[in-house]
Amino acid sequence: MVKIKIFKKLNSFNLDVNFTIKSGEFISIFGKSGSGKTTILRVIAGLESANAEIIVKDKIYQNKNIFLTPQKREIGFVFQNYALFENMSVLENLLFANKDIKLAKYLLKVCELEDKKNLKPKFLSGGQKQRTALARALITKPKLLLLDEPLSSLDSEIRNRLQDEIKALSKEFKTTTILVSHDLGEVYKLSDKILEIKEGKIINDFNIDNKIKNRIRAKIIKVYKDYAIALIGDELIKVKNKNYKIGDIIFLEAKSL
Amino acid sequence: MEILKEMINFTPLLLSFKLAFITTLILFIIATPLAWWLSRTTNKIKPILEAISALPIVLPPTVIGFYLLIAFSKNSPLGSFLYKNFNIELLFTFSGLIIASIFYSFPFMLQPLQSAFESLNKNMIEASFLCKKNSLQTLIFVALPNIKPSILSALVVTFAHTIGEFGVVLMVGGQLEETKVASIAIYEMVENLDYKNAHIYSAILVAFSFFTLLLVYFLKRKDGKN
Repeated sequence: MVKIKIFKKLNSFNLDVNFTIKSGEFISIFGKSGSGKTTILRVIAGLESANAEIIVKDKIYQNKNIFLTPQKREIGFVFQNYALFENMSVLENLLFANKDIKLAKYLLKVCELEDKKNLKPKFLSGGQKQRTALARALITKPKLLLLDEPLSSLDSEIRNRLQDEIKALSKEFKTTTILVSHDLGEVYKLSDKILEIKEGKIINDFNIDNKIKNRIRAKIIKVYKDYAIALIGDELIKVKNKNYKIGDIIFLEAKSL
Repeated sequence: MEILKEMINFTPLLLSFKLAFITTLILFIIATPLAWWLSRTTNKIKPILEAISALPIVLPPTVIGFYLLIAFSKNSPLGSFLYKNFNIELLFTFSGLIIASIFYSFPFMLQPLQSAFESLNKNMIEASFLCKKNSLQTLIFVALPNIKPSILSALVVTFAHTIGEFGVVLMVGGQLEETKVASIAIYEMVENLDYKNAHIYSAILVAFSFFTLLLVYFLKRKDGKN
């Protein structure tokens, strides 16, 4: 069980969240840019100070009297910009985090990076960089895996594939995972539970039923002859018109987004 | 070459290079951890330290020389302590010149290193901490290898700047054989109306300075491309 309680004064609002995660669970924090999502991850990792109580599997990471440094927190973190060590090859990036060569080779295999292992990050594509960052985070066998919009800069085809890989790896390593994203399709597809956050507060907290796991709720806001425009969160998407009327609620397959 | 050696006394020039080499080496060792710390700290003392370390850029060298002259003197607490306890004399000695040069060239090593550390991807440094590496390991294995062009540039500029110093070395070192570096030798030659040797020495220093700067700008260009 992971218990997280954070209070921090930010520029225009107070970040004030309190939630728990079951071991092995995959939760997503969803919300607009600037709502405090990344700050939550950074506080959990010990990279930013805050008035917080963080307990991971009975180990206190932070409370009024205790503050464990990031080095002591057993956390895997995938940054939005990957933050790979530019002076090291893919393999060296992994071994820098943990000298377990057997596990490094296994992760390179499952992340399809075996033939790239001797390349420096600047020679990798965005998807390969993301997989390297994920492998580097997992090689430390973290108690908690934090993913900060790891797929936001990739195109939709690669994003879809990597979403499947992230899910598979987090299951295989039985890692408790927190994903931060503003992509509702991604959040529905990957998570067991979603926390919706607005201006630093959790405004919605719900489990995802397996039946609706791959379905996303959308509202039709404009209808044309052959197609219609649907609103998902704050994103607009084009769907095939099936005699929809404005205001209709429809369910879309997450994979189709 | 032999004839040239007979004609010109190269000792001051070699002394300048020796002084610059030792100063650069010591400064790199001192300035690197300080630049690393300054690049990461939000401590209130940071602007004070930055201002002190930048003083040699704006102060006339004679001012630094004057204070060091006072501090190194056997009549000062520091000078008398070093002489009585360790039999060390810093005034008009090569050791004194090294210490003076360290003060004088300090910002030329510190500032490029600090600005290079500050321009590194902060998430990359944090990723190293999350890989359970402490600040020193992060400095050695992540930060320094990622600022190689800036390190080379800092080393070259510090070396060249130390070669070119005059006011500080004149005040702390005087014109003794042990402390007579190239810039002092040129001054002395001009005083003695020995323009021929002054020309040779000056030409060597002009050529050296030009190629040093050329190297720095070349490294900057290479860094920009990367």
